[in-house]
Amino acid sequence: MGDLLNLISDNLAIFWSYTGFANATYGHFIMILVGIFFIYLAIAKEFEPMLLIPIGFGILIGNIPFNMEAGLQIGIYEQGSVLNILYQGVTSGWYPPLIFLGIGAMTDFSALISNPKLMLIGAAAQFGIFGAYMIALQMGFDPSQAGAIGIIGGADGPTAIFLSSKLAPNLMGAIAVSAYSYMALVPVIQPPIMRLLTTKKERVMRMRPPRAVSHTEKVIFPIAGLLLTCFLVPSGLPLLGMLFFGNLLKESGVTRRLANTANGPLIDTITILLGLTVGASTQASEFLTFNSVKIFMLGALSFIIATASGVIFVKLFNLILKKENRINPLIGNAGVSAVPDSARISQIVGQEYDPTNYLLMHAMGPNVAGVIGSAVAAGVLLGFLN
Amino acid sequence: MNKKRLGLLVIFAAAFTCGMLAQSATSLKINEVLISNSSNYQDDYGIHNAWIEIFNTSYASVDLKGCYLTNDKNNPKKYPIPKGDELTKIGPRQHALFWADDKPERGTFHINFNLDPAKDNYIALYDANGETLIDEVTIPANTLGIDQSYARAADGGNVWEVRGINGKHVTPKANNVTLDKNEKVEKFKEHDGSGSGMSLTAMSVVFVALILLYFCFKLVGCLSKRLMRKKEMDTKDVTSQAAAQATKPMAGKGEVYAAIAMALHEMQNDVHDVEKTVMTITKTRQSYSPWSSKILTLRQIPNRNH
Repeated sequence: MGDLLNLISDNLAIFWSYTGFANATYGHFIMILVGIFFIYLAIAKEFEPMLLIPIGFGILIGNIPFNMEAGLQIGIYEQGSVLNILYQGVTSGWYPPLIFLGIGAMTDFSALISNPKLMLIGAAAQFGIFGAYMIALQMGFDPSQAGAIGIIGGADGPTAIFLSSKLAPNLMGAIAVSAYSYMALVPVIQPPIMRLLTTKKERVMRMRPPRAVSHTEKVIFPIAGLLLTCFLVPSGLPLLGMLFFGNLLKESGVTRRLANTANGPLIDTITILLGLTVGASTQASEFLTFNSVKIFMLGALSFIIATASGVIFVKLFNLILKKENRINPLIGNAGVSAVPDSARISQIVGQEYDPTNYLLMHAMGPNVAGVIGSAVAAGVLLGFLN
Repeated sequence: MNKKRLGLLVIFAAAFTCGMLAQSATSLKINEVLISNSSNYQDDYGIHNAWIEIFNTSYASVDLKGCYLTNDKNNPKKYPIPKGDELTKIGPRQHALFWADDKPERGTFHINFNLDPAKDNYIALYDANGETLIDEVTIPANTLGIDQSYARAADGGNVWEVRGINGKHVTPKANNVTLDKNEKVEKFKEHDGSGSGMSLTAMSVVFVALILLYFCFKLVGCLSKRLMRKKEMDTKDVTSQAAAQATKPMAGKGEVYAAIAMALHEMQNDVHDVEKTVMTITKTRQSYSPWSSKILTLRQIPNRNH
């Protein structure tokens, strides 16, 4: 009887050593709280729910404590585990181009084609990337890491993941979570900067309605866009190639099924896998470091610089434009390529001052130009630092 | 076959051939050769033999099977590299080593000729057709001492040097240059500590890319507007520019469409709001099964958006 009791107690002790309770650390609980906070933001505040729900739940999955020495092959960093296999799409960088395919297939570039000067706002907002790059260098990161951190300012999650997987794989979790968090917080970060940098008169400025864009122009756009940008920056090919390919599927009008798959089931599937695995990659033991805190600070700075540089650029640009062609500086923030959130912020802030002024269609121009601009910037960084 | 189809076929064939070439053995290079082996690398029989190292310069695997190694300009097919050996596949930026011991019976990597330090040694690698030269090198007589190799200074590079002297190591089945740091990154660390150089360069590239797109679409936009105006003038039978200005065929077109769309939307909503649902079941006769209907299995004719 005594032996049996000993056996049972030994078994229970072994069982206990495998449970999450026995292996939990403070770090796990902190990360679980972060995950719950993300889910709360997504559901209660509706901040980027499509991203924050998978990432938030991924954080919970990645921070369930377990006996890491038992070789259970369940952790995301354990070779051969299911999560590790799904994570390969992130580490080897093939999820982000597929997301770009879907983005291309759902984006209407008409606003940009009808008013091509808006492209320059998308370029100006990329100052956020390089502002953060310079600050990161001063904080002690090496150039590759600084480049990967700076790309958070591009406000483009897939681009940030793609670049960090190439330049600084060890920082990828923090960079991805930071990029997506700040994209979700665009409604909080951008409006005060926009108000600070504009006058009341500028905020009510009306823009000329965009002209109708022909089908031929829409078809030429992805082809010319690919050739011009990728001949200049071939390292941006995975992202830009897929973005423009997706757009051609949409605009050609003869591949509707392919376009529907790319902008529907495909992008949804990849978003689920990407969000979940990026969230799960924030395992406390790997994620809770001082570097992560620095990356979060730099991420916020990069968003602020990007927003400010977009708005200031429009104000400067207006100095050389004819009066009837002037641009409302409130769409300068939309150069930050968090599509379509930053364009929506232009509309919301604009309507606070003039409820009959519709800026959304104008803001979509710099918004999609920002996607192209950030992919080009990522290509440049990859070319220089890889 | 009409000319258009023939043209398309030629384009596809050319594209396919280019694609094939991109993955072919042309990216292979003779990278290092050692002729007098006294105490250098041993073969799988534990014997010191002369060796020839082949390097795959590409970032894709390349299979050597069917290619030819030779030391005779008049006989390019002297040693056919056997097919069916998995080991002939060289990984991206990896090496393969052949033993010049004239003992091909010892395996795939033992070739059927020797190298002689007292003579000029010509070595060439030919493609599987036995005609396309992939790479060749001639090592002048008495250039190499014992355990010295003739190697490219950098893997796949154009400059050759003698190794095994002056602190330069012989590197069988290994990179001729070992990189312990990223040169590009080091350069930025050294000359651009603040990051301003990188920022200026990169922002210039971003602006140039988008300015190119701007000019391209400014031009396309102008052409498109002109074409649309011309089309409208044709349909309204307006010939002079002045008359066109007076009628302003493009004016307010978008707003008109928006108003029509809104009216239709409201009307449809109204209609559906008061509609009652009445379901009737009527037996219909069908002379065929929809499962075998060709109409239902054919690809739908795509709708064009204009």
